[in-house]
Amino acid sequence: MKHIPIIPVPLDEVDLALFEERKKIYPRSQKGWFASWRWVLVVITQLMFYGTVWLNWNDRQAVLFDLVTRKFYIFGIVFWPQDFIYLAVLLVISALSLFLFTAVAGRLFCGYACPQTVYTQIFLWVEQRVEGDRNARIKLDAGPLTARKFSLKFIKHFIWLAIALWTGFSFVGYFTPIRQLTLEVAGLTLGPWETFWLLFYGFATYGNAGWMREQVCKYMCPYARFQSAMFDKDTLIVTYDSERGEPRGSRNKKVDFKAAGLGACVDCGICVQVCPTGIDIRNGLQYECIACGLCIDGCDQVMDKMGYERGLIRYTTEHALVGKLDKQAMWQRVFRLRTLIYAAILGLIILASAVSLYYHVPLKVDVIRDRGQPRITEAGEIENVYRLQVMNTQESPRRYSVRVLGVPGAVILNNADIDVKSATARAMPVRVRVPPNVLQIGSNRIRFVIQDLDAEDVSVTEKAVFIVPR
Amino acid sequence: MADFFNEWWGIGIAIVVAISIAACALLLWSQSKVRVKIGTDGKPLPAETTGHVWDGNLMEQNNPLPLWWKWLFYLTIVFAIGYLIVYPGFGARQGSLGWSQVGEYEKEMKDGEAQYGPVFNKFLAMDIKEVAKDPQAHEIGQRLFLNTCSQCHGSDAQGGKGYPNLTDTDWLYGGDPETIKTTLNEGRHGQMPPMGAVVGTDDDVRNVANYVLSLSNSAHDPIKAAIGKPKFAACAACHGIDGKGNQVLGAPNLSDKIWLYGGDINTIMETINKGRNNQMPAHKDILTPAKIHLLAAYVWSLSNNGTAAQVSDTDVPAIKQISAATTLDK
Ligand code: SF4
Ligand code: SF4
Repeated sequence: MKHIPIIPVPLDEVDLALFEERKKIYPRSQKGWFASWRWVLVVITQLMFYGTVWLNWNDRQAVLFDLVTRKFYIFGIVFWPQDFIYLAVLLVISALSLFLFTAVAGRLFCGYACPQTVYTQIFLWVEQRVEGDRNARIKLDAGPLTARKFSLKFIKHFIWLAIALWTGFSFVGYFTPIRQLTLEVAGLTLGPWETFWLLFYGFATYGNAGWMREQVCKYMCPYARFQSAMFDKDTLIVTYDSERGEPRGSRNKKVDFKAAGLGACVDCGICVQVCPTGIDIRNGLQYECIACGLCIDGCDQVMDKMGYERGLIRYTTEHALVGKLDKQAMWQRVFRLRTLIYAAILGLIILASAVSLYYHVPLKVDVIRDRGQPRITEAGEIENVYRLQVMNTQESPRRYSVRVLGVPGAVILNNADIDVKSATARAMPVRVRVPPNVLQIGSNRIRFVIQDLDAEDVSVTEKAVFIVPR
Repeated sequence: MADFFNEWWGIGIAIVVAISIAACALLLWSQSKVRVKIGTDGKPLPAETTGHVWDGNLMEQNNPLPLWWKWLFYLTIVFAIGYLIVYPGFGARQGSLGWSQVGEYEKEMKDGEAQYGPVFNKFLAMDIKEVAKDPQAHEIGQRLFLNTCSQCHGSDAQGGKGYPNLTDTDWLYGGDPETIKTTLNEGRHGQMPPMGAVVGTDDDVRNVANYVLSLSNSAHDPIKAAIGKPKFAACAACHGIDGKGNQVLGAPNLSDKIWLYGGDINTIMETINKGRNNQMPAHKDILTPAKIHLLAAYVWSLSNNGTAAQVSDTDVPAIKQISAATTLDK
C-alpha cells in the first residue's frame, strides 16, 4: 500500500503576542565586598528612616512635617512656606549629586541607595531566610501546594507585611507626631487620612519590594530611562571583560586554559544567578543593570577558586577597556573636567546653603500697604496704613519693636511693640505719618525695621512704598 | 452656561468621549499582537521588529513589555468608564454620586464651620463688653476685621475719605455694642439729598457752609456764617437746630471737627450741592452670627477698651513720645 504522508498545511503567518509573561527571577544570595556595601547602605538608610522619627528636640519631635499648620520642624529650625527656597535647593543638590555620581560610576544610586533596591534587598533576605536560597525557592515554587509550602509562604508574607506596615507607620510618623500616632493605632482612633497613608505606603512597600522588584527598575522607573544620557566613555560601569573571558567554557581546574584555547570564563553562570534583574552581564552593558556589583562578587569568588586573576567582571570604563589603560590612567580620566565641574558646583551650592542656614534669621515679615487712599490730616500731614505680618519662627514667645526708616520726620502712630507667640504669625496694622512737603507726590521708598527686643542679631528690614496723593 | 451652550453640546461631548474610549480599546487590542511568518520548522519566526517602519528604514524593535502592563492599560479604560458613571464628564450627565463644584464648596464650608464653629460660638453667649476683654476674642476679632472690614475702614480701623473712623467716639448711628451689631448685620445706607436748590443760590450755599464751619469753631467767615444761619433751617430737619446730628437718621454731628468727606469749605459746599450717598453692606448673609458678635466686640473695643493697638488723632503726647523714640536715619 502506498503510504501517503500527512503533511500539515502550514499557515504561513501567525499572531505573536507583543506582551510577554513575566519570568520570575530567583536571585542567588551573594556575599562579598559589594554585597557588604549594599548592606551597609541598607542599615544607614533604614536607621535614618525608621529612627529619625523617634528623636526628640525642644520637647517635640525632632523632624516633623506639620502639614496642617504648614510648618516643617527639622531639629533646631522651623521651616515656613516662605522657606520654600530651601526645598528647591535640596532638590538641586540631589539632582547635582545624581549627575556627579552617575558621571563617575553609573547607577551607584540604583544599586545601593534607592529605596526600591533597599527594600527589595530586605524582603529578599526574608525570603531567603524562610524559603531557602535560589534552588530551594525554585523547587518550592514548582512543587504542589503542600502544608509546608503554605506555611512557608504564609510566614514570608506575614513578615513582609509586618515590615511594610512598620514602614508605612514610620512614614506617617513624619507628618503626625509618632508617639501620638502610636496611641491612635493602639486605640484604633486613627484618622481617615492617616489610615489611608499608612496603608497606602505600607502596601506600596509590600507590592514593590515583595512582588514588583526588578519590574519597577525595568519598566516603571523614570531615572532608568535617562541615566544613559549621563554616561560617557569614562564612566565606571560594571563590565564583563569579554576579551579576557571568551571563548567561555567549562574546564578542569588543572588544565592550562590558555593552551586549550579557552578564555577565563568558566561559564558557571554564577553572574547570571546572582543578578537581581536577571540579566547576563556577559552580553554587554544593558539598561536593566542596576550596577549592584553582585556579579563582580560572584565572579571574583569563582576566579579565586580557579586560581585565576580577579576582575573578569569589574568596574571599569569603556576607554580603559578598549585602550587597555592601567588603573591610574583610568582614574585620571574618571576625574575629568566634567566631574570636577559637577563637584565644584555641588560643593558651592552646599556651602552657600549651609552658610545661609547658619545666618537664617528666625523672623519673617511681610508688609502690605492698605489699598485705600492715603489720609491727609488737617495740618497737611500724610498718613499711609500698612499691615505687618510678623512671623516668629522661634519656639519661644518674642517681643519686637517696629521702626520706620528712610523718610525724615516719619513716625509710627501705633504703639510700636508687638508680641508674637512661639512659632506663630501675627498681623499688626501700622500707621505711618509724614510731615507735609517732605516727600514727592507719588510713591516713595520707606523701610520697616522689625527688631527682636531680646536678641540683637534678630532683625528684619522690609522695603515698602509710601504714597503721597496729589 | 446656557448663554453659550445648548443641549446638543452635551450630546456632542458624550459622543467624542465614547469614541475616544472605544478607540483606545481598539488601539490596545490591535497593538498587542504582531503577525509573523512561520519558519520551515513550523514554528513562528522570532519577531525581531514589530513590523512598523517609518521613513523607509526606521524600525521598531520588539522588546516585549510585561503582560501586566497590558492589563494595566485595559484597567485604565475600565476606570474611565467607572469614573464617568460616578462623576460628571459624560456630556451633560451628572454622575451617580451627584458631585458638583458648588456641592464641594458647600461641604467645605460646612466642615469649616463644624471645625471652627465651637471656637467662635463659645463667645456668642457672652456679653459683647465681656467678649471685648478676652484676648483670644480680640485676636480673632482683629483677624475677622482685617479680612472683612479693613478694605474700607483701613487695617487700623481709622477709615478714610467717605469711610468712618471706628476708633474715635463719634458715631453716625451710635456706638453701643447692640447698635454696632445691627450695623454689621443689616448694613447702613447713609443718604443726604442734594440740598443746593433748597438752600438757594451759590452764595447762599457758601454762606450756609460757613455757618456749618462755625458750628465746630473751625476757620470761617463770621459775616457769611451769620447770613447763612437762617438758611440752615433746611438742614436742621436732619442735623438738628444746633447741628449736633441725629443718630436715628445717621445724620452726622456737624459741631465736632470730624468730617467724613473733609472739612474745607469747598468739600462742604459740594456736599450741600450734590448730597452724599453712602452704603455699608449688610453682613448677616456673609458672616455667621458668632463672627458678627466677635466683630462687634472688636469694633466696640477700638474706642472703648484701650486694648486697640491704635492711637487716636488727638493723642498728641503719645505721638510725640513715639516720634522721639523712633530712630531716623540721616
Ligand atoms: S549585571 Fe551585575 S551589576 Fe548589573 S544588576 Fe546584574 S548583578 Fe547587578
Ligand atoms: S561568574 Fe564569571 S566565570 Fe562564571 S559565568 Fe559569570 S563571568 Fe563566567
